[in-house]
Amino acid sequence: MEAVRQRSEAESPAAAPAELTELTRQRRRSARIFVLPMLAVLAVVAGWPLLRTIFFSFTDANLGSLEGYKLIGLDNFQALAADGDWWNAVFNTVRFAITSVIIETVLGMIIALTLNAHIPGRGMLRAAVLIPWAIPTVVSAQMWNWMYNDLYGVLNHIFLGLGLIHQPLAWTANPHLALTAVVLVDVWKTTPFMTLLILAALQLVPLEIYEAARIDGISPLKVFWRVTLPLIRPALMVAIIFRTLDALRIFDLPFILTGNSKATASMAVYARQQLIDFQDVGYGSAASTFLFLVVAVFTVIYITAGRVRFGTGDR
Amino acid sequence: MFSARVRVALAAAVAAASVLPLPGWAQGVTVSIACGSVGAEYDFCKTGAENWAKKTGNQVKVVSVPKDSNEQLALFQQLLSQKSNEIDVLRIDIVWPGLLANNLLDLGKAVPEDVVAQHFPSIVKADTVDGKLVALPEFTDAGLLYYRKDLLQKYNQKVPTTWQELTSSAKVVQDGERKAGNENMWGFVFQGRAYEGLTCDALEWVDSFGGGTIVDPGGKVTIDNPKAVEAIKLASSWIKSISPEGVLNYAEEEARGAFQSGNAVFMRNWPYAWALSQGADSPVKDKVGVTALPKGGPGGKNTGTLGGWNWAVNKYTKNQKQAVDLAMYMSSPEEQKRAALEISINPTIPSLYKDQEILQKNPFMSELLATFQNAVARPSGPTGNKYNQVSSAFWNAVHDSLAGRTPADQSLSNLDKTLKRLSHNGKW
Repeated sequence: MEAVRQRSEAESPAAAPAELTELTRQRRRSARIFVLPMLAVLAVVAGWPLLRTIFFSFTDANLGSLEGYKLIGLDNFQALAADGDWWNAVFNTVRFAITSVIIETVLGMIIALTLNAHIPGRGMLRAAVLIPWAIPTVVSAQMWNWMYNDLYGVLNHIFLGLGLIHQPLAWTANPHLALTAVVLVDVWKTTPFMTLLILAALQLVPLEIYEAARIDGISPLKVFWRVTLPLIRPALMVAIIFRTLDALRIFDLPFILTGNSKATASMAVYARQQLIDFQDVGYGSAASTFLFLVVAVFTVIYITAGRVRFGTGDR
Repeated sequence: MFSARVRVALAAAVAAASVLPLPGWAQGVTVSIACGSVGAEYDFCKTGAENWAKKTGNQVKVVSVPKDSNEQLALFQQLLSQKSNEIDVLRIDIVWPGLLANNLLDLGKAVPEDVVAQHFPSIVKADTVDGKLVALPEFTDAGLLYYRKDLLQKYNQKVPTTWQELTSSAKVVQDGERKAGNENMWGFVFQGRAYEGLTCDALEWVDSFGGGTIVDPGGKVTIDNPKAVEAIKLASSWIKSISPEGVLNYAEEEARGAFQSGNAVFMRNWPYAWALSQGADSPVKDKVGVTALPKGGPGGKNTGTLGGWNWAVNKYTKNQKQAVDLAMYMSSPEEQKRAALEISINPTIPSLYKDQEILQKNPFMSELLATFQNAVARPSGPTGNKYNQVSSAFWNAVHDSLAGRTPADQSLSNLDKTLKRLSHNGKW
């Protein structure tokens, strides 16, 4: 593994900037020009709103009169820090992100390993796995809401029939079950995403390595831990980062399944409630800004800890 | 980041607002009106507006708005805060006047007094902010008690007049039916999800016990009182006893689903559920009775939370005269009668409750005239633009008690502190 990485680094142009030829430099210049329009669009649709949100978080702006605001310094952030509901939302979000990403990674790995094996009908299976991912979240959330219903929901019906539970459960209403219910739907929906990314990585692992391992008589479990996992780790890390960032800004699932209920409210649900329901643009922007910071911090931690390289070398 | 999404959504909504110019004369002016956007409602409103246009020789532009009422409010607030005259006539919820009043036209000056006086005083009051009449009623709503006539008869129970009676009858019927093999039978379903609907339901419980209206008309926070605690305590005792735990996540339609499929003895809901429960495909057709919500004990009173929609005029409109005329037309007795007949919604004019045609379609309307007239308003007037925060704090406090996380007395005393802080001690 180490050898593989060293080789790829040695080959990458970034590892040896001094040896750039005139042609490479020219190519880079034109690359920059080609990237410019995209950067401009990004600045307009992502940069400007982000800056404006951060700006609003230092004001007392109200949705009813967006012009008549005044700067109030860090008041919004102080109020946010003192708000139990906000910390509840942070806690919910983190709990949701950790549990859902772990389950999705493990399940995604198992399914990907299965699909990677040479079994008949593999193409069909791969397509079928993607169905939950293809359904719009709003639709699947509402569908699950009906399946979770305590009186006529199909889940209770099945579990009662199997003797797993003795009385119908109120999946989305019971405060102890609600977050689990949200995690379950997310797992159902995004495991395919994990599966797909892991599968793509698995298919890049050279078959000779497995062959060598087999000849050496190494047990399949050991092959997985010592060969497969290290080789797919960069791709796996990218997938986990994507999922975690997505999970941290989760909004649609909890909002559709349980509305503004405190049992499942995520940071984004909280921010929306402040911004739209309470028209408190200043305070809601502070919550959004905090959410942005949390996501940014997580990214930095992951990139550092996982030593994932997004530089030119990995492409 | 987030506000970017919101802004994009709003922009899209405005851009997509379908503009429907009517064929016809070039004379007159074009007045734009925001109709509700849910199926029957939209077509009904569009027809009404077009009829007005034909009658007066003007033109109307029907602007469609988001389906979710909170998003409609956000859209209106953004438009009005920019002094936009994009929409001349706005359809607003009964709890919005306090939030929007600054940007709405004072109709008190433009509309003859006798036209205003024909509507229920409680609604006119809710539409009046600081002495300014900002909207004319379209229709009214109030919470009602639906019950299963056949089941009450079977178990020899009378229609309950107090919540305590309801609690015991529900238990008797529920237990009897379960013994008879209907495992899924429950006594009472209502709107227990943490949302505006729970505020409506819980306000009814509290008010029926004489526990006030959360915040009194003068702005004083009154929720922390023994009667309110008693009401919330009784409601909390229902969960898992006569109400399924799932009720904690029920909105109107989930409650109706349980009741209409025959799995509940009693249901609290709005009048719209009547027409649907009498539909040809309804398993409980002809087995349903409707009455006023019970009193909170012998000394309590019947009550129902006031709901409904109203027509307001944008202060920045260029066609003030025509816009006011359209708003008046949309809230006129003729339009209200058409609404009662076509989409079964309640008029706000007492004389229509004696109209034979309407009563034939909606028999409960005459009996419940008093309920609609005396409906209790949510404290949106005194709390002004903080109403949504007040409502959210209230429903969360009640939801916590119902879920058994916080006892009623503690929950309401916490709420009292929250509201006092929010209101700067009653000054709002």
